[in-house]
Amino acid sequence: MEALQKKARALLEAGTVKVVIGYTAGTDVERARAFFARNAEQTQQLIFDARCCQNLATYLMKPEVKALGKAALVCVPGALRTLMQYAVENQLADETVLALAVTDAGEVVELPKFAAVEEYLAKMPRGLTPEQQQELDRIDKLPLEERWAFWAAELARCVKCYACRAACPLCYCSRCITDVNQPQWVPVASDPLGNLEWNVVRAMHLAGRCVDCGSCADACPEGIRIDLLNHVLAREASAHFGAEPGYSTRKDYALSAYKPDDKEEFIR
Amino acid sequence: MGEQRILQKASLGELFAKLIAGGQRILAPVKSDDRVEFAAVKTPDQIAGDYIQTTTSAKTAVFPRYETMLRFRLKGKDVDVDELTPEAKPTVLFGVHPCDAASFATLKAVFTWDSADAYVEPKLEKTTIIGLSCTKGDAYCFCTSVGGGPGDTRGSDILLTPIDATKYLAEILTDKGRAIVAAAPQLFTPANGEAKEPVLAKIAPRFAADKLAQKLSALFGKTDVWLNQSLRCIGCGACAYACPTCTCFDIQDERQRYGGVRMRCWDACGFGMFTLHASGHNPRAKQSERWRQRIMHKFSYQPERLKVLGCVGCGRCSRACPTDMNLGEHMQSLAETTV
Amino acid sequence: MTTANLYTPYRMKIAKVVEEAPGVRTFRLEFADPAQAERFDFKAGQFGEYSVYGEGESTFCIASSPTRKGYIECTFRQMGRVTTALADRDEGDIVGFRGPYGNIFPIEQWHGKNLLFIAGGIALPPMRCVIWNCLDLRDKYKDISIIYGARTVADLVYKQELAEWGGRKDVKLWTTVDPGGQTPEWKGQVGFVPTILEQVAPTAANTIAIVCGPPIMIKLTMPVLAKLGFKPDAIYTTLENRMKCGVGKCGRCNVGKVYVCKDGPVFTLAQLNELPAEY
Repeated sequence: MEALQKKARALLEAGTVKVVIGYTAGTDVERARAFFARNAEQTQQLIFDARCCQNLATYLMKPEVKALGKAALVCVPGALRTLMQYAVENQLADETVLALAVTDAGEVVELPKFAAVEEYLAKMPRGLTPEQQQELDRIDKLPLEERWAFWAAELARCVKCYACRAACPLCYCSRCITDVNQPQWVPVASDPLGNLEWNVVRAMHLAGRCVDCGSCADACPEGIRIDLLNHVLAREASAHFGAEPGYSTRKDYALSAYKPDDKEEFIR
Repeated sequence: MGEQRILQKASLGELFAKLIAGGQRILAPVKSDDRVEFAAVKTPDQIAGDYIQTTTSAKTAVFPRYETMLRFRLKGKDVDVDELTPEAKPTVLFGVHPCDAASFATLKAVFTWDSADAYVEPKLEKTTIIGLSCTKGDAYCFCTSVGGGPGDTRGSDILLTPIDATKYLAEILTDKGRAIVAAAPQLFTPANGEAKEPVLAKIAPRFAADKLAQKLSALFGKTDVWLNQSLRCIGCGACAYACPTCTCFDIQDERQRYGGVRMRCWDACGFGMFTLHASGHNPRAKQSERWRQRIMHKFSYQPERLKVLGCVGCGRCSRACPTDMNLGEHMQSLAETTV
Repeated sequence: MTTANLYTPYRMKIAKVVEEAPGVRTFRLEFADPAQAERFDFKAGQFGEYSVYGEGESTFCIASSPTRKGYIECTFRQMGRVTTALADRDEGDIVGFRGPYGNIFPIEQWHGKNLLFIAGGIALPPMRCVIWNCLDLRDKYKDISIIYGARTVADLVYKQELAEWGGRKDVKLWTTVDPGGQTPEWKGQVGFVPTILEQVAPTAANTIAIVCGPPIMIKLTMPVLAKLGFKPDAIYTTLENRMKCGVGKCGRCNVGKVYVCKDGPVFTLAQLNELPAEY
C-alpha cells in the first residue's frame, strides 16, 4: 500500500500522469471503491488489498474520466486483460494509459506498454476463481431442464438496471442494442422475455471478447450469476475458435475475425 | 404515537389467519438465497428473521417494475383497445421498516398530486402497512438525517416494536390500523407504558435534510462538487431501482404482429437516454448533471413541490451501488460544502 | 383527464394528411366518439401524447386553433420510432391522443397589444395554434407580425397558410430561408431569423414577442429582442423536453423544480431566466 502511494505521488509530481485511478476505503470494511487521485495529497487515500476487485479499466471509456488527462490505472488481473482487449478492439492506443500492477508482495510494477502487460499476464495463473469453478461445475452437471430452470430463475430477478453493462469494460458501445428502438430488438420491460433477451444478447456480444473479470456479477444488485453466463459463452467461443481474449494484442478475436476453416458444426 | 397495545409474537399466526380469512393478502420479508424480499406469506414462520433491509423495496407492492396498461388488437385501419387496470388486492404489508413505510408518503404524493394515477392509487388505498421498528442498522442507514428514525411511526398503520423476545409493542396509528385490530381484538392486549426506545437501533444523524434543502439550489451551479462526487458513478439504474421512493417511469409499446401491449416500467435518471431528445440534444448529457438531478429531485424539488422528501434514508441505493456511491456520505459532504 | 384512466388515449381518426415539407406532415384528427369531441376543450399552447398502437407515444403540441372545433391537428417530423410509424398512417386510420396537457399562451392578457411571432423550422406548429387563435379574434389585437424562417424553401411548413397570411392586409409576414437555402423562384428573405428580426426592427412598445425555434435560433434571437427593447416578461417561448406521461409523474421533463409538462410548455423569458439552463 505504501509502495503504491509512493509511486502514485511520484507519477503525479513528475507530471507523468494527471490522475491515478485506484482504490480507496469504502463504506464498510468489506468494500473498497474507485478513487481518482489528482494530487500528491490525495495519494494518501489510495489502498490496495483483497477488497479491491472492481475492474477500473471501465473508467477509461468514460468521457468525464478521459477529460482528466493521462491516467495511471491500478489494475487487478481482469483490468490488465481488459487493456489487452481494448488494444485488440482499437479502443486504446499503446502508451496512453500507464498500467500499475501490485504484486502479492505489495510491489508496484509499472506496465507502460501493451507488450509489458502481455508479458506480465503470461506469468499469471489463468482460469476462474475456485468459487466460480465450483458453481459452474454444479450448473454444468445439471440435466438440461434443471439448468434451464436455474437460469430462468436467475434471470427472472433481473430489474434491467443495466449495472452489468455499466460495470463491464467491454460494454462500451456508444449506443447499446437494447437502446435501439427501430426496431425494438430487445423488449424494454424487465419481464421474463425481456430479461432473457437482454442477458443472452449481452452474453453473445461478449462471446470471445469477455475477459472474465467478473465485474458484471459484482455489480448486479440482484446477485445474478452473469459472470458464469458470460463465461459459458466465452468457453464455447474458445472451444470453437481458439480465442482466449485478454492475453494478447493479436487482432483475431472471434467476433470480428473470419477464417475459411472456421468450424460450423454448432450451426444446426 | 397512537394507541398502544401489546401483541404477543406467538399470536401472529392467529392474526395472519384472521387477516387472510378476511380476504387480505399478506406480503412480508422472506429469505430467498442470500437476499430478503417481500413475498406473499400465509404464516409468520415464513418471515425472514435477521436482516437489515430487503433488497427490493416495499414500493413494488404498489408500483411494480413493469405493468401492462393497455392491450390492443390491430384490425386493418382500426384497432381494439382494452384498458387493463389491475385489480387492487386488499394487502397487508407486514414487517415494513419505518424508512420503507415513510416512502409511501412520497409515492402517494407523486402518484396523486394534480391527477390520480389509475394504477398506483387504488393499490395505495387497499394497502395496510404493519411496520416493524429497526433494532439494528448499518453504515448505509441514515433515516435520522431525513426526518425519520428506527422507531418512526410515519407511514405505518400499525407499528410493531419487538420490545423483548416474546412480544411487540403495537402502536395503532390510523383507521386502517384499527381495522386490523378489529379483526382480532383479543390479540391486542392493553399496554402498560412499555417504552420502545431501549431496543431501537442507534442511527447517528449525518446531516439535516430540511436545512440542506434550502442550501441545495445555491450548490446547483458548483459543477466541480457534482463532478467530483459522481466521477466513480458508472451510470446504471441500480440506485433508482432499489430506492423505495424513486418513481420515474417509461411508457413503451410491445408489438406483436397483430397486436400488442402498452406498458410502463421503471426508468432511471442516471441513464443518458432518460432525457435524450429525438434531435440528439440532451439537457442532462453528463453523468455529473444526472447525479445532480438525482440529489436535487429528492432533496430540493420534491420537498418544494410536493412537500415530501424524496429520500427516507434506507440506504438501499448505496448498498446496491456497484461503485459504493454512499448517499448519506455524499449528502453529509454537501451539507459541509460552503456555498 | 381523458377518461377515468388518464393514460388511456382518445381514439382519433385521421381525417386529413398534408405533406408540409420533406419528412414533415400534418394530420387532422377527429374524435371517433362524437361525445368526446363535444366535451373536448383546449387552449393555445397545450400539447398531448399522440400514439400509434404497437409503437408508442410521442409528444407534440396541438397545432390547430381552439377556435376551430371538432378536430385537432398535429404537425410532426419523422424522427424516431413513433413518428416513423405515424408517418406510415393514412387517412381513415385510428391513432391515439391523450391531452390536452400543460399551460397556455395567455392570449386574453394580450388584448390590445401588438403581437410579434418569431419562428424557425418545425417550431411553427406550436405558434400556428396561437396565430390562428388570435387571427380568429382579430379585433382584440393591434398589429400582428410574423417572422418565419427555415433552412431551405422546401423546409418551410404550412406553405398555403403562409401564402394566406402574406395576402392578408391585417398581417405582416416575413418569410426567410438560411443563406444557400433559396431557390431561383424564392421571393422571400434570405438570412437567419435573428438577422431578419434585426432588419425588420419591430417596436417593442406595447408588443408581445412569441419565439419558437431550435435552441440556436432562440439563443441568438433573445439578444436581438433585448436590443430592440423587449423586456423578459414580454417574450414568450415554449420548452420541448422529452416526456412520457405528460402529467407530472414520469420524472424526466423537469428543468430545476419546474415540470415542463405541468408548468410549461409556455414560459416567459423572465421565467426561464430563473431556471437552471438544463433544457
